[in-house]
Amino acid sequence: MSLARDSSSYHDMATATGVDEAAVQQAPSIKSMYVYEAPVRLWHWVNALCIVTLAASGYLIGSPLPSMPGEASDSFLFGYIRFAHFAAAYILAVGFLVRIYWGFAGNSHAREIFTLPLLTAAYWREVGAMLQWYAFLRPYPNRYVGHNPLARLAMFFGVFLMTLFMLATGFALYGEGAQAGHWSHILFTSWVIPLFGQSQDVHTWHHLGMWAIVLFVIFHVYAAIREDIMGRQSMLSTMISGYRMLKK
Amino acid sequence: MIETFYETLRRQGITRRSFLKFCSLTATSLGLGSAFAPRIAHALETKPRTPVIWLHGLECTCCSESFIRSAHPLAKDVVLSMLSLDYDDTLMAAAGHQAEAILEEIKKKYKGQYILAVEGNPPLNEGGMYCIQSGKPFVEKLKYMAADAKAIISWGSCASWGCVQAAKPNPTQAVPVHKVITDKPIIKVPGCPPIAEVMTGVVTYMLTFDRIPELDRQGRPKMFYGQRIHDKCYRRPHFDAGQFVEEWDDDAARRGYCLYKMGCKGPTTYNACSTTRWNGGVSFPIASGHGCIGCSEEGFWDKGGFYDRLTHIKQFGVEANADKVGGTAAAVAGAAVAAHAAVSAIKRARVNHAEENQGGK
Ligand code: HEM
Ligand code: SF4
Repeated sequence: MSLARDSSSYHDMATATGVDEAAVQQAPSIKSMYVYEAPVRLWHWVNALCIVTLAASGYLIGSPLPSMPGEASDSFLFGYIRFAHFAAAYILAVGFLVRIYWGFAGNSHAREIFTLPLLTAAYWREVGAMLQWYAFLRPYPNRYVGHNPLARLAMFFGVFLMTLFMLATGFALYGEGAQAGHWSHILFTSWVIPLFGQSQDVHTWHHLGMWAIVLFVIFHVYAAIREDIMGRQSMLSTMISGYRMLKK
Repeated sequence: MIETFYETLRRQGITRRSFLKFCSLTATSLGLGSAFAPRIAHALETKPRTPVIWLHGLECTCCSESFIRSAHPLAKDVVLSMLSLDYDDTLMAAAGHQAEAILEEIKKKYKGQYILAVEGNPPLNEGGMYCIQSGKPFVEKLKYMAADAKAIISWGSCASWGCVQAAKPNPTQAVPVHKVITDKPIIKVPGCPPIAEVMTGVVTYMLTFDRIPELDRQGRPKMFYGQRIHDKCYRRPHFDAGQFVEEWDDDAARRGYCLYKMGCKGPTTYNACSTTRWNGGVSFPIASGHGCIGCSEEGFWDKGGFYDRLTHIKQFGVEANADKVGGTAAAVAGAAVAAHAAVSAIKRARVNHAEENQGGK
């Protein structure tokens, strides 16, 4: 009460200090819930960094930079590029294993990207609703606490299965250099190379896998920003703070 | 009784000293260490020579050409006497019915004991009529002789994978040996042709130890196909340094830089060329300034140009590779996203506008 007595000086103070309790009291309350626990958020950003590193170094492995001059002993450029690829690959792999563990240990949202409720009609109805929203056939999407059903579909294929694919093909190629007896050779090279036919085919599929991931990233980043602006729940801040805010 | 290998050598005037030298050389070339030399010697002194039947299907005879050039052991002096090479229609003097009679004889006399070496492969289309031998399709001769063989050696990429005659569109429907013979151990010795010393090495191993060498999952002897050309390539330091030949005859080519950008298939090819080399160790393609074409790998004719680093993806046109396919898809996706964003913005602006108008009323 006393605060609002002299409204013009209150306004001046509020603009100067940024403290505006009256505005806070009048504001509509927004519902928020904690969806992404710390390990999920940390993994998300570490994984993003790994993928960028892997795609950049991988592209350069496929199409190397112009030749270095001088003695072979003068530089180790291609070696470092490959090292960056393999280092990021190991981090990606360890992160992926930890993330799978967290799928079991964490809350229910931590499991979403690893499974699909294939047989639940309601799930597919919501996927349809999201598609309508993207086709401009619905004025507003529904409100989703975890991943929206379309995003979940994209994550299952674009993140879970693609990461598995890149790990299997990548470590199969890695095991070729690491030689027989190395764990990657035993676990991956020994069956992945014969499965694809020969090493060159694995290179090609691994390379195409990169482009599949690039496609995923394009759609993922666009959808996240668009949902943040136009949808009815927060997106970008949620992957930082963990809290999902729902708008009206 | 067939004489032993040692008896044959002595009869041909080879001294015991030379014989023992050969045994240690063989032990070394098989990567077995000197302790194995006496065992090899003992085996060659006591075991009767194993009969070998060498069949030729659809092929170009480059495997035979390579084989007879083996330097250690010298094919002329050693292997042709060591094997009892009883039938090889390219090398033997007999012809016609006389030659075919040998097949029958070996099949009966050495049932389950002879080795069937196959150069080339059988075409299956039109009942196999694209390769007729002694009046019958080759595939029948192959099956007939394989039935009583102890083991089969698939010489070269033809017998191992199919090679050029099985390249797309494969009009004769040529297939590798393991597609028609499924109940016998098959040792694949791919290459177009395989390295002479690898061929004689495999045979020596089988005869001295009386067993087939350890094979990888695809059926190749691990001792020769366990590593890639790239793993033992002497240009590898240039690869790691990022020093590549960019064009034929550029300065980098003269300096002997890595041929990766010129489409060298060394990083994806399992063979022993960079270790044993060719023609008695004189050279091998990369040492002569040309990239590896991957001739010992399955389907190497169908992976696009020998001079392209990235494989052609024919479903998207002759010139497409992973980067062109993926890059195009990414560009289309980017454009679609931009268009979608624009429509979204316009739509949102309209809705806001309408809401404001409503609020104004
Ligand atoms: C998001 C994940 C990844 C992306 C986008 C990616 C991308 C690429 C690309 C584009 C290439 C070049 C292929 C070629 O044209 O030959 C490559 C090569 C390679 N990648 Fe990956 N990769 C990923 C994950 C991995 C993983 C997890 C490993 C495991 C160690 C790995 C190991 C390799 C190896 C060994 C090569 C071949 C290097 C060489 O030939 O010198 N990659 N990668
Ligand atoms: S020349 Fe070929 S095999 Fe040798 S290092 Fe370069 S890419 Fe590897």
